[in-house]
Amino acid sequence: MSKPHKQIHLAAHFPGVNNTTVWSDPAAGSHIDFSSFAHFARTAERAKFDFLFLAEGLRLREQGGKIYDLDVVGRPDTFTVLAALAAVTDRLGLTGTINSTFNEPYEVARQFASLDHLSAGRSAWNVVTSWDAFTGENFRRGGFLPQHERYSRAEEFLATANELFDSWHGDEIVADPVTGTFLRDATAGAFVHQGQHFDIHGQFDVPRSPQGRPVIFQAGDSEEGREFAASGADAIFSRYATLAEGRSFYQDVKGRLAKYGRRRDQLLILPAATFVLGDTDAEAEELAREVRRQQVSGATALKHLEFVWNRDLSAYDPDGPLPDLDPDTGGDHIARGRAQVRMYRDPLATAREWRELAAANGWSIRDLVINTGNRQTFVGAPATVARTLDEFVQTDACDGFILVPHITPGGLDPFADKVVPLLQEKGVFRADYEGTTLRDHLGLAHPDHAREERVAS
Amino acid sequence: MPTTPPPPAHPGELHLAVALDGTGWHPASWREPVSRPQDLFTARYWADLVTEAEHGLLDLVTFEDGLGQQSSRFGEPDGRTDQVRGRLDAVLIASRVAPLTQHIGLVPTVVATHTEPFHISKAIATLDHVSGGRAGLRVQITPRPHEAAHFGRRTFPPITLESLRSPAGQERISELFDEAADHTEVVRRLWDSWEDDAEIRDVATGRFIDRGKLHYIDFEGRFFSVKGPSITPRPPQGQPIVSALAHQTVPYRLVARQADIGYVTPRDAADARAIVTEIRAEQRAAGRADQPLHVFGDLVVLLDDDPDRATARKERLDTLDGAEYTSDARIFTGTAAQLADLLEELATGGLTGFRLRPAVLGHDLPRITRDLVPELQRRGRFRRSYEGGTLRGHLGLARPANRYATAATV
Repeated sequence: MSKPHKQIHLAAHFPGVNNTTVWSDPAAGSHIDFSSFAHFARTAERAKFDFLFLAEGLRLREQGGKIYDLDVVGRPDTFTVLAALAAVTDRLGLTGTINSTFNEPYEVARQFASLDHLSAGRSAWNVVTSWDAFTGENFRRGGFLPQHERYSRAEEFLATANELFDSWHGDEIVADPVTGTFLRDATAGAFVHQGQHFDIHGQFDVPRSPQGRPVIFQAGDSEEGREFAASGADAIFSRYATLAEGRSFYQDVKGRLAKYGRRRDQLLILPAATFVLGDTDAEAEELAREVRRQQVSGATALKHLEFVWNRDLSAYDPDGPLPDLDPDTGGDHIARGRAQVRMYRDPLATAREWRELAAANGWSIRDLVINTGNRQTFVGAPATVARTLDEFVQTDACDGFILVPHITPGGLDPFADKVVPLLQEKGVFRADYEGTTLRDHLGLAHPDHAREERVAS
Repeated sequence: MPTTPPPPAHPGELHLAVALDGTGWHPASWREPVSRPQDLFTARYWADLVTEAEHGLLDLVTFEDGLGQQSSRFGEPDGRTDQVRGRLDAVLIASRVAPLTQHIGLVPTVVATHTEPFHISKAIATLDHVSGGRAGLRVQITPRPHEAAHFGRRTFPPITLESLRSPAGQERISELFDEAADHTEVVRRLWDSWEDDAEIRDVATGRFIDRGKLHYIDFEGRFFSVKGPSITPRPPQGQPIVSALAHQTVPYRLVARQADIGYVTPRDAADARAIVTEIRAEQRAAGRADQPLHVFGDLVVLLDDDPDRATARKERLDTLDGAEYTSDARIFTGTAAQLADLLEELATGGLTGFRLRPAVLGHDLPRITRDLVPELQRRGRFRRSYEGGTLRGHLGLARPANRYATAATV
């Protein structure tokens, strides 16, 4: 008997501050108005996606001491948008990134538990950590953390939040008007947590929510990040959207689960993926090239080069050759508030490599950035894209995808209309929701049942 | 310079708000057959209440909140199991009902003592975006030691209502209110940190924003500093409505310095006049004499067709709870017409509106919307339809200019 088809998980990311949205496209709408989020969420729900995902930003990015102005700038508050989206959708999961550095566990736990109640069991938390003093300037606690404390704070933050979620068991509210008993037990919500980062106690004030705990997502690719995800996350956002890298990451992370007493299906691996669709593969390729040109203007190309060179390059011609001078390695000072800077750990080597690439291919600065930057993950006719997505999932490069369209809010519509039906025909994607909560969609056990299973085994 | 309340769109009209808390303000309200205590933690429950308030054309609803379980004692948990305990985050409730309503103002409670003004600013700005200009906040402080222990960053000494009245207690309260004033100042500056037309999408130059129209707020205060700008563009109302409940001079000062609406608790018209006079004086002292500031009277209400029935209902609820219900606000029992008389009388003290606290939401909220509102309309004291599209519009408040834009052009 052949192995049954793995089911693909699909989610949609409404991009906030980013360098992929083609805001200059006449079809691009507001990235702030609620109508944009409502449109996007309804499309995702119409396509039976597992969830919608919103990221977070806590300080506007700067380059050369000035607010970066070339990409989409500005976004609404994650919790507030997700709560409002719960009113215009019925089944779609609602996932938000919330930082563990600039928040307190009591407040975040009551927000996620509230969102879970208000969405009837559809909330999810992407736990991230940030440590820079630049972002900390917006917060009363400052919030600078040495890098080695990032995960220890994040881990303790999540553990503490879980203690708060678990401080109500779900049967405390009696609300019997005849006997006058509202609570079965005066200690509902009692908790004590003493640790390196948090020393708190008292009574949590939100009763147990429909999912027990929100679904926990995690992003991050370091050794600590992978371990953190394996130990407690329900899903991990990966950045490996090629087959070989994806399979390697998948094997590595899934292999870490056993030592935490978890099964391989208790952690889903979902890479972020962009896409460009055309009527034919050739048309899609052509369109993808156009999109890349729109995403990387001459000014954007120079700014991107500055991440490596760590110098003001505004005097250079983006259509000319790469700078002869070497990067300034005296600390990150040109670009702040963005992750890309940290990706180039050896700027001198990167600069050398890029110069060689440009010389070999006859590339200008802009050509180089276009050709080395993040490219669209899936480009082709709907049938091609459907086949490729399925291949990734069936061969264990991932369990599904977080799709990021380059047009907001309408960029998801063609995927919903053209690709999803093909996946449904193949029998690898649901034709309708089978459950009501996000845990149902993701095939995750309710935490109470998961706990019982662990105790029993 | 004279301080005056905001000119109403229609002279003589009063503003009306309803304060939503659990199943109502009487601690035994959850035991009434009309109450739905099992539904308290569902979206449908809150949507039904806010929709009812909107049918009554009310200016706004407030949502109570706190950073700990409710208690019948002021400064510590009470260990009781016979009253409603537990609640959902007020900002998220307000946001959840926003798409289901069209006109009514949505004003969640925000505790300034333990929260980050950066987070609060973007949350309320976003509530304004998702509601199309109907957001506000009610700023509140907490001196409670057990709530501070939920955060673990500060330790507060034990507190009682008596100890609060001592000089040391007053000093602590003043400090918490000063911190709340700074918190609100930061929230307001962040709302202005983007000029309205900062997003330019200039395809020719590739610039999405004109960064000259984004501003660092560079707030440096006694309690914290915040750099800015906000990550969320300026909300539709420019400045959502800031409100606060106040019972004495220190909080009156917060109202005078930072609020668009102060909720106060007068016993009678003379008391109302004295409170309003004090707030107006503080307003002048704060240099805000020319800024419109509403002062609303807070009242707990039990409404019935027959005044004796309202009184009997309160007695029955008191018996169920095992104690006579008292409140910081005056408790009114009677008919809608009697309440309209009282509101008109209190308004002579200079109040521009009222925030009513229904003793039993399932009973008293519909009495407000279906009996009191028509009664006030008959008297020419309440709107017959929503006119303005925003909460500021309902309150007769103009959309404020951006402080940074003004500074740049002067």
